[in-house]
Amino acid sequence: MIEALAFYIFSSIAVAAAFMVISARNPVHSVLFLILTFFNVAGMFVILGAEFLAMILVVVYVGAVAVLFMFVVMMLDINFVELRQGFLNYLPIGSLIGLVMLIELATLFGSWVVTPVIANRGLMPTPSPDITTNTHALGNIVYTHYVYLFQAAGMILLVAMIGAIVLTHRNRPGVKKQDIGRQLNRNPANSVEIRKVEIGKGI
Amino acid sequence: MLEITISHYLTVAAILFTLGIVGIFLNRKNVIIILMSVELMLLAVNLNLVAFSSHLNDLVGQVFAMFILTVAAAEAAVGLAILVVFFRNRGSIAVEDVNMMKG
Repeated sequence: MIEALAFYIFSSIAVAAAFMVISARNPVHSVLFLILTFFNVAGMFVILGAEFLAMILVVVYVGAVAVLFMFVVMMLDINFVELRQGFLNYLPIGSLIGLVMLIELATLFGSWVVTPVIANRGLMPTPSPDITTNTHALGNIVYTHYVYLFQAAGMILLVAMIGAIVLTHRNRPGVKKQDIGRQLNRNPANSVEIRKVEIGKGI
Repeated sequence: MLEITISHYLTVAAILFTLGIVGIFLNRKNVIIILMSVELMLLAVNLNLVAFSSHLNDLVGQVFAMFILTVAAAEAAVGLAILVVFFRNRGSIAVEDVNMMKG
């Protein structure tokens, strides 16, 4: 009973917020509604028993990705009114495709029946919450069976980080920076000028 | 109605995914909203994976949801970096201007 109530609250707020993400006039509001969607889906993850993923969703998505979006929206000086032109032109075709897609997915998923045979025959059965926590069970798998995939995920993040830095980094002229190679290459011959100064005169 | 089955979760995920697709169509000019729509679609996929993981009592679904989360974070970072570079060069983020390179 309480599960159904929580599910309906979380799902209705998530869907409404997702709708506002795509239809809000101001992109800042879109980002805020995206954060609301993430929070509600995290709540649904908790109902499903995936506590670790729910917390990761809040930390990674809300704490990092959404803030990154907010940062970019506010940093770039964009005329958003101009960008919204054509919104109504695309509305019919967009909603038509969305409707067809939704009907297809709903008929597919609404009638989904899993044979009882394959239930509880998964690769890695979930241990009972009485024995071990979700985080513990997930860690037991990730660091053993999926350790290579885990390392690959780390590599993807590293490559993305370096890529983002390389893309946005630029050399601005006029900024004084320490260049150790240039410092070590200096010698007295090309950096010091020795002149004979006559007495009573300047240079 | 009060019994929450896997179909309920799959329907919510389908609605979120569809909203993501419609968002891409409606905001054809604004790359930021398009990236947000892609995030919505990835979130719907994650919800599907976790729903099946819970229903089949199999932890592998949650492991894969974690990897999708990783890829989504990397994609957002690189996408926004490209967006910033594009804005620096063009002074706008309209998607129609992207094809000026005719690559």
